[in-house]
Amino acid sequence: MTDPVLPPIGMLAELTHRCPLQCAYCSNPVELLKANREMDTAGWLSLFEQAADLGVLQVHLSGGEPTLRTDLTKLVAGLARRGVYTNLITAGVGIAEGRIEALADAGLDHIQLSFQGAFAATTEKIGNAQGAHEKKLETARRVRATGLPLTINAPIHRHNMEEVPQFIELALSLGAERLEIANVQYAGWALLNRKALMPEREAVERQVQIVEEAQERLRGIMTIDFVTPDYFAIYPKPCMGGWARDAFMVAPDGAVLPCHAAATIKSLHFERFGDWDLARIWHKSSAFNAFRGTDWMLEPCRSCERQEIDWGGCRCQAMAITGNAAATDPACIKSPLHARMGTLINEAMETAVSDAKPDAFTYRRIGKAAEPIT
Amino acid sequence: MIETSRSRAVVSMQSLPILRRHVRLQYDGVREAWALLSPEKVFWPNEVSLDILRLCDGRHSVTQMIAILADQYAAEQEEIAPDISAFLQEWSDKFLVTL
Repeated sequence: MTDPVLPPIGMLAELTHRCPLQCAYCSNPVELLKANREMDTAGWLSLFEQAADLGVLQVHLSGGEPTLRTDLTKLVAGLARRGVYTNLITAGVGIAEGRIEALADAGLDHIQLSFQGAFAATTEKIGNAQGAHEKKLETARRVRATGLPLTINAPIHRHNMEEVPQFIELALSLGAERLEIANVQYAGWALLNRKALMPEREAVERQVQIVEEAQERLRGIMTIDFVTPDYFAIYPKPCMGGWARDAFMVAPDGAVLPCHAAATIKSLHFERFGDWDLARIWHKSSAFNAFRGTDWMLEPCRSCERQEIDWGGCRCQAMAITGNAAATDPACIKSPLHARMGTLINEAMETAVSDAKPDAFTYRRIGKAAEPIT
Repeated sequence: MIETSRSRAVVSMQSLPILRRHVRLQYDGVREAWALLSPEKVFWPNEVSLDILRLCDGRHSVTQMIAILADQYAAEQEEIAPDISAFLQEWSDKFLVTL
């Protein structure tokens, strides 16, 4: 390591893996943890104290569905006491009356609400949950009534990509400040369901045009953050803004990871909060130091002028597609394996044409037997 | 529908900029620097931005802000006015301040 390790700014807290939805692209690991593995209230509060001491300024409370934690208001209050900015990432289904108001009173700063489709039928099909869309609309109204800023998150794939214009209209009508058009990242459940989710190249190109036009038209009215589909890209995403550089995540059982998919890199070992304190994990964990900075990089990253722009891309994608977590993310045009991305797109398209039931997802469920992807 | 029509706020000399309710200017003791916390993003304003942001309290008009800052920086008002307006417009477009 040549550069000093800086304090982390952001933390993603996956409070639970329980969720009322079963989206086939969930970013949680394929092996989901049951409720009895979840860290208790005191554990999370202690972790949040140490996170604030370490320099964390923003905590994203996620899951699974974080509102399934009955202690969520207490957790938010604990963070607010320390001046940490809190962002609740919710599916907005089954939130009890008065809960959002209580969270706002406890000091919650912002809510990000997901929509699986711009129409009820799509939302219900993708999440495999009846009535989900109506409940989400109601949640959005209640969020706005409390005065909390609202971001709508739309995870995009083959089955809802044509709804992008309607997603934009929906977010506008709900009074959202921000809309995230986030093309699905093929890790976790999405990797398992890649063939059923991968979009067509032409549809991706149309989507880019629609989003760019809307970003221009809606300047100062609503921000649209666009997470592009990296299988179709030239350069990779700077995943996490660089491995263990300014953010980390915590799994429901207190395991601390550099990113939410890092457990797919089987050679890494992750410490659990409680066994180690957070500062020690951030500075000393072998998993955090494995791909920190640029010293670990191989060619073509090693001599690339973009190494501190892309940070080598996604380690988990490098692992999934090249079999080597230290390789250049194959989303990069400079990767010798870049052509494999095109092959994978084509294979998925052939499945879409040949398969009689192209929509057959392996829905996300706890305890569901699923073969690990290699 | 909650809002049927939404439009972009445009800065004028009469605007009374104020930080949005869920945007916080906060001193970070760990980094010994001021941070601007907003939904999903943290900004690190420089000295000039900080001086402008501190005047975004809903009581100072843009005209007054320009006068105060010109005095503070010993600069001509006409010289700094375009920059200040541009900053405020950008922050409004990013939902950091209400004009």
